[in-house]
Amino acid sequence: MIGVCFLCVAYVLIKGAWLAMTHFGWSFLTNQHWNPVTENFGALPFIIGTLSSAAIALLIAVPLSIGTAIFLTDLAPVWMRQPLTSVIEMLAAVPSVIWGLWGLFVLMPWLHDHVYTWIYKQFSHFPLFGGPIEGSGACTMSAGIIVAIMILPIVTSVSREILRSVPDLQREAAYGLGATRWEVTRIAVLSYARRGLMGAAVLGLGRALGETMAVTMVIGNSPTIHASLLQPGWTLASVIANQFGEASDDLMRSTLYEIGLVLVAVTILVNIGALILIRSIETPGSRRA
Amino acid sequence: MSALAVLCALLVVLPLILVFFHLLKMGFSSLNWNFFTKLPKPAGEEGGGMANAIVGTIELMGLALVMGVPIGILGGIYLSEYGSEKTNSWIRFGADVLNGVPSIVWGLVGYALAVMPMQGYSAFSGGLALAFIMIPMVLRTTEEVLVLVPNAYREAAMALGIPRWKITTNIILRTAFKGLVTGVLLSLGRVAGETAPILFTALGSSDWNHSLKEPIAALPIQIYYYAISPFEDQNRQAWAGALVLILLVFLLSASVRFISSRRGK
Repeated sequence: MIGVCFLCVAYVLIKGAWLAMTHFGWSFLTNQHWNPVTENFGALPFIIGTLSSAAIALLIAVPLSIGTAIFLTDLAPVWMRQPLTSVIEMLAAVPSVIWGLWGLFVLMPWLHDHVYTWIYKQFSHFPLFGGPIEGSGACTMSAGIIVAIMILPIVTSVSREILRSVPDLQREAAYGLGATRWEVTRIAVLSYARRGLMGAAVLGLGRALGETMAVTMVIGNSPTIHASLLQPGWTLASVIANQFGEASDDLMRSTLYEIGLVLVAVTILVNIGALILIRSIETPGSRRA
Repeated sequence: MSALAVLCALLVVLPLILVFFHLLKMGFSSLNWNFFTKLPKPAGEEGGGMANAIVGTIELMGLALVMGVPIGILGGIYLSEYGSEKTNSWIRFGADVLNGVPSIVWGLVGYALAVMPMQGYSAFSGGLALAFIMIPMVLRTTEEVLVLVPNAYREAAMALGIPRWKITTNIILRTAFKGLVTGVLLSLGRVAGETAPILFTALGSSDWNHSLKEPIAALPIQIYYYAISPFEDQNRQAWAGALVLILLVFLLSASVRFISSRRGK
């Protein structure tokens, strides 16, 4: 059955993308134009948009998640652990479109008024924060922040499992040698769990790459490549969501299939990497819940 | 240093609180009788509701359930009861990878497999795309639950001479039933909120759905379109719809928790 699903995905995407693939060749991945009228399509803006929003998301989410996981496993009072875990699971249950709605009407205006204008005033000479910025707050950074919120639960819960699987012996040995609480965490636990934590981060990356709805509502949907994070962009997933219904002809549709193919290939590779990293630290017999 | 960890935990919890706060603040006032019973009005006109979207979401969930759950459960049974160790680990790996496929890709698959041959958007293709999402999830949770059934049960049954298939249906499935239901509800909760896969399979509509071959409205799609629309009345309704959606999802999660906390078989 699983094989059937795989075949479905592969068959559909390759067949759909065939037209575009034969038409454009490899240069599709480096072409930066997107013009449905002249039928000049290139995936580069979306690749860059996907990578930059995912990078922002990871930069924000991974430290927060690992910090929370440390809090949950080592520092929190026992009565707090289950409720807090439940709250984080609730965070994961919120549908993507609701994050998009909230991001669109609440977060983006707030970010624009309180964060972006300040950053722009201070740093606009720095190309990463150049302008002009959209009045609505729609930009790659907004997308990165929303995606960060969305991947927090999964990175936190996987990190927590990893930290929990560190044998107590490690901690006790460090205490025995006179380490302070933080030193115990840093030396005994984190270095032991490093590979698994990387796996958790990569898993979050996989999720971040594919995030569609919330991104398309806050990223501004612009196919031009801007150096600045404060300007609109587009990602692989959100361009498909946005354009597929309006694809005017077979070539455009096929192009979108090809983008889907790229997206799936990248996501699968990333997820495989994450699974390998995580499984390498788990003891055999304890599989992730 | 530990203060940092506490700060992290607080920051993680903060968005959830904010989202809830805003959903309630902006959406609650729009939840009236009209909202639950009326159809959407044309763009620009005030009023109207999301009745068809609410019903549509439930209908799509039912379709996905019917199409996806049997395959998922059968696959999980295969993994836990039959099959060899080596192929099983590959199947598990494949399921985990499929779980990570972005949902919009399933929309593309549904489009190619159902919308194009059927020459139109339909509830069926929406359910199909959602079923694709459900299958790996249900498969994994089924397997995990079935593995927990003590081997002693199986051995006792075999000693009594019960045929293999009967052991599976009568004894193992019965014992694990609660866990199976939990897994199905969890995946339903995930699927209820999915927008991307149904965007170009079920398409959404502003009218009631009359057959599986017609497009069908669904809460996530309606929320999306209303949110990005320039009309304030529709934006307001988007908030209300989002509130309904999240209540639905949390209802499902709560029932999962309720079922798994009850003692007994």
